[in-house]
Amino acid sequence: MKPAPFTLHRPSDVAEAAQLLTRFADDEVRILAGGQSLVPMMAFRLARPGHLIDINGLGELAQITQSDGAIEIGALVRHNDIASAEIEGATGALLKKVMPNIAHHPIRARGTICGSLAHADPSSEWCLSAATLDAVLLARSATGKREIAARDWFTGAMSTSLQADELLTGVRLPVLPEGTRFGFQEFSRRKGDFAICAALVVFEIHYGVIEEARIGIGGAEDHPRRIAEGEAVLKGQRPSAELFARAGAAVAAALDPMEDHSTKAAYRRDLACDLVEGALQEAAR
Amino acid sequence: MSKIAVSFTLNGRKVEVEVEPRRTLADVIRDDCGLTGTHTGCEHGVCGACTIIVNGQTVRSCLMFGAQAEGAEIRTVESLSAGDTLHPLQEAFVQHHGLQCGFCTPGFLMLACGTLEANPQMDEEEMRDILSSNLCRCTGYENILKAVKDGAERMRGEP
Ligand SMILES: Cc1cc2nc3c(=O)[nH]c(=O)nc-3n(C[C@H](O)[C@H](O)[C@H](O)COP(=O)(O)OP(=O)(O)OC[C@H]3O[C@@H](n4cnc5c(N)ncnc54)[C@H](O)[C@@H]3O)c2cc1C
Ligand code: FES
Ligand code: FES
Repeated sequence: MKPAPFTLHRPSDVAEAAQLLTRFADDEVRILAGGQSLVPMMAFRLARPGHLIDINGLGELAQITQSDGAIEIGALVRHNDIASAEIEGATGALLKKVMPNIAHHPIRARGTICGSLAHADPSSEWCLSAATLDAVLLARSATGKREIAARDWFTGAMSTSLQADELLTGVRLPVLPEGTRFGFQEFSRRKGDFAICAALVVFEIHYGVIEEARIGIGGAEDHPRRIAEGEAVLKGQRPSAELFARAGAAVAAALDPMEDHSTKAAYRRDLACDLVEGALQEAAR
Repeated sequence: MSKIAVSFTLNGRKVEVEVEPRRTLADVIRDDCGLTGTHTGCEHGVCGACTIIVNGQTVRSCLMFGAQAEGAEIRTVESLSAGDTLHPLQEAFVQHHGLQCGFCTPGFLMLACGTLEANPQMDEEEMRDILSSNLCRCTGYENILKAVKDGAERMRGEP
C-alpha cells in the first residue's frame, strides 16, 4: 500500500503548471489536487505517475468568483469550502445541499470540486451537478485556453475529454434565479459511500406550471447526464404526485444502467425511478 | 529517488526531515518523526485511523504526502494530554468505554477534537455524521458517541 516513486513538482503559477504538463506528457504526469482519489489509486498502484504537479500552492485557483449570471469555482476550492461560501441565487443553496453527501468531513476538507470533475467517477455528486446544470469546464494548456460543455466533458467512466497537456482551472455554473426549485436524493448503503444511484432535479414554477425542468441522473450509467425523456414529462404541467411518478418512470425507462456483481441494472433503474420522484417532491415542497 | 527537505511544526515543536516524495504524511510522522500514536489501517482513506489536524483542518494523513506539509502546523494524538493530565475527550473515552483494542482511538480522538474545536456546539446528529467517517471494529460506536458527547461538554467547561 505504498505509492511507487515519482518526482514532485511545485509550480508557482498556473502557467508553470501547464508548462510542466507539456514537458512531462510522455511520463504519465498528473495533477495533484486534494489527493483524495489520486493518492488511494497510487497506494493501490492503479496509478503510477512518474511526475506529480502539486497545485495546492496556487492560491489563484482557490477563488469563487461571480459575475454576469455565472459562478466560477476555481480548481483549488475544496468540497467543505462550499458550506461557508456566499454563492448567488438558488445555485448556492443547491451546492450546499449536495456537498454533505460527498464522502466524509476530513475527505471533504482536502478534496476539490474540480478534482471530482477530472476524476469523473460515475457516482460523483459534483459530476452530476455539472451535468444537470450544464456547467462549462475551463481548461488551460501551455498553448491556450479551452471551454468544454459538461455534455462533452464525460467520455465514459473515469474518463473525460481533458487532454494530457491540459489542466482544469475551474468550472462555471449558471446562477439559477431565486425561487428556482431543486431536489437531490441519493442512495448508498452506508453514510459517505459512493452513491449507487443519485438524482438531481431543478425547475421553476411560472403561473402554476413547471418550466426549465432539468433531471440529472448519476451513478446509474457510466457518467451522469440529463434525461430529456423525464424532463419532457414535466414541461408545462402542474406539479402533482401523479406527474412526478410518471417523470420517474420515464427516466427509468430511458436509462441504460451499469451492472456489477452486487447491483443489477434493474435495481439501479428502480432506484432512479424512486429517487427522481422523491427529488421532485422535495423540490415542490 | 531524491529526497525533499521539509520543515513543519509537530505538536508545537519545529521538525525538519528529508523525505522521498512518495512517503505519506502518516509514514513521515510515524517513521521519520517517531510519533507512532497516529495509526495506519487501510492506507487509502477509508478507515480514518490516521486522522490528524493540519492547519486546523481534520484530515487523513495517509492521503497527503509528507512533502506537502511544508510550513504546516500539525497536531497528532500525542498533543492531547499534558503529562499525566488527559485531554477532556480522552477522559470521556476512558469513562464511557469508548475504546477496546484502541487501534482506532487516536483517529477518533483527533477527528472529534478538530471538529469540536471548530464547532463546539455540535448537536448529536452532526456528531453521528462526523463520526461515520472512521471505522472501529470493537466498540459498536455507541460508546464512542457517548464519549464524544460527554467530551464535548467537558471541552465547553460544562460539568
Ligand atoms: C473514503 C472516500 C470516500 C469518498 N466518497 C466520495 C463520494 O461519495 N462522492 C464523491 O464524489 N467523491 C468521493 N470521494 C472522492 C473525493 O470526492 C475526491 O476528493 C475527488 O474524487 C477528487 O478530488 P481531489 O481534489 O481529491 O483530486 P485528486 O485526488 O488530487 O485527483 C483526482 C484525479 O483528477 C486529476 N485532477 C485533479 N485536479 C485536476 C485539475 N485541476 N486539472 C486536471 N486534472 C486534475 C488528478 O490528476 C487525478 O487523476 C471519496 C474519497 C474517499 C477517500
Ligand atoms: S489509514 Fe488513513 S484512512 Fe485508513
Ligand atoms: S477499539 Fe478496537 S478498533 Fe476501535
